[in-house]
Amino acid sequence: MNTKVKIAGVEFKNPVMTASGTFGSGMEYSEFVDLNKLGAVVTKGVANVPWPGNPTPRVAETYGGMLNAIGLQNPGIDVFVERDLAFLEQFDTKVIVNVCGKSVEDYLEVVERLGDEERVDMLEINVSCPNVKEGAIAFGQKTDALLHITQEIKRKAKQPVIMKLSPNVTDIAEMARAAEAGGADAISLINTITGMKIDINRRCFALANKTGGLSGPAIKPVAVRMVWQAANAVKIPIIGMGGIATAEDAIEFMMAGAGAVAVGAMNFVNPYATEEIVSGIEKFMQEKGIEDINSIVGCVK
Amino acid sequence: MAQKKKVTARVYRQDEIADGIYDMWIETSLAQDARPGQFISVYPHSQATLLPRPISICEVNEEKTMLRIVYRVAGQGTTEFSQYHAGKEISILGTLGNGYDLSLAEGKRVFLMGGGIGIPPMLELAKELKKAGKAASVSAILGYRNELFLDEDMKRYADLYIATEDGSAGSRGTVMDAIADNHLEGDMIFACGPMPMLRAIKKFAEDNHMEAYISLEERMACGVGACLGCIVKTKEVDAHSHVHNARICTDGPVYDAKEVEI
Repeated sequence: MNTKVKIAGVEFKNPVMTASGTFGSGMEYSEFVDLNKLGAVVTKGVANVPWPGNPTPRVAETYGGMLNAIGLQNPGIDVFVERDLAFLEQFDTKVIVNVCGKSVEDYLEVVERLGDEERVDMLEINVSCPNVKEGAIAFGQKTDALLHITQEIKRKAKQPVIMKLSPNVTDIAEMARAAEAGGADAISLINTITGMKIDINRRCFALANKTGGLSGPAIKPVAVRMVWQAANAVKIPIIGMGGIATAEDAIEFMMAGAGAVAVGAMNFVNPYATEEIVSGIEKFMQEKGIEDINSIVGCVK
Repeated sequence: MAQKKKVTARVYRQDEIADGIYDMWIETSLAQDARPGQFISVYPHSQATLLPRPISICEVNEEKTMLRIVYRVAGQGTTEFSQYHAGKEISILGTLGNGYDLSLAEGKRVFLMGGGIGIPPMLELAKELKKAGKAASVSAILGYRNELFLDEDMKRYADLYIATEDGSAGSRGTVMDAIADNHLEGDMIFACGPMPMLRAIKKFAEDNHMEAYISLEERMACGVGACLGCIVKTKEVDAHSHVHNARICTDGPVYDAKEVEI
């Protein structure tokens, strides 16, 4: 039975990854999960300098999901390399570093800095965070901007590049094609869906940022649909995410066309979720007599 | 520090001890390592409300086989919890947070200041301080809207002073009024309560050259320091975040009042 998958030439022991921003750099959840069992750890977005993020409240629960507006708080690339990347050295898993920035130059600085880090297997470029005012999503909602930043990053990147797409667009297929045309080695989707919650007793927004990104099981059908649309639009591999809670959810994304999957908000609900999904996929394969996990990728046309 | 775990626990008993205030004893292995000021996250069964609810530890039994939580019904999650009866299985995550450092109380006249639903963690703290027997004195100063709870429990471990907003018991007003009315003097403060009370305590401690350790709360998602949802502004650059933010769930919830901007 084969659970290995290959994305842009990088081989993962299984298709289960962590979704950026929900798993830190793995340290906190290593108390619960054996990181060696995961396909990859995808780290929280890192910028060229430390970012303080947004005021609190930063999170709010919604029906079957949650809103967040963390605002990409991160310690900056120097601390990330010295502490977080060094921590990940000890594990036999792939490392995908999520990169954020306010300008093209910010992104390039981080991408170049990571170029010589052997521990970094891939880069995931965050052009889809809905919670910061400059940069990030400004590059992820227009095809020409996405094409341009993808080209710029590909020029400097030494590792394969994943462009993480926003669902907050009119046509996801068009965005996927722009990333592919810019030279992206893979795409990941979906980032969170912009949402809002109002506290009717206090007559105020539940989040200090007013809007936030919706994640959790509530968004899964939207994510599956978008993965399927993107898979039909491009040839590059897709990492699917959005509300994955169980192995069955992961398999659904793979059948829609994702070559790998990531678990996000559900880590907060079940800190063992990633490892359980890995074993759940194996169990499903045994039960259904599936020899190679790759055989189900995009099997539903 | 003990490893954090998500475990299945069992409700041993539950009572409503004041209007909308519930008192639940939970049988769980997490009691083994629980310390005053730490908290657990309790998961609702409903799949509509996915995130765990952080609730402070009110007491640990002598055998360390049970945790007591005392919480206020505030929304869907706590409404669900309030309907549990003995024997109900629940998922809890813990033990979380740093807790109060009891060694700071050695030789000191200690104020334990609790306001509203910030009172419960003061009970286990009072109990542990009495057991350690190293504090010069322990005065519990508790502030309520009107209806009292945990006051009888607290009397066993500390000198008790009460304030109520309507003056129906103790001093009329806040815990600060109770200090003034009773001419209390102390060297240090452990506190938990609503933000206006904690701000008042921070200022009171600065004005009176007292140390104050306050327990903060914030909307949380993961509870283990990964999501960066529950931060507090810090005076200095935080060692973990490298910005002026500390994670309440992991670096806190108890902070030296001087170190946080509240």
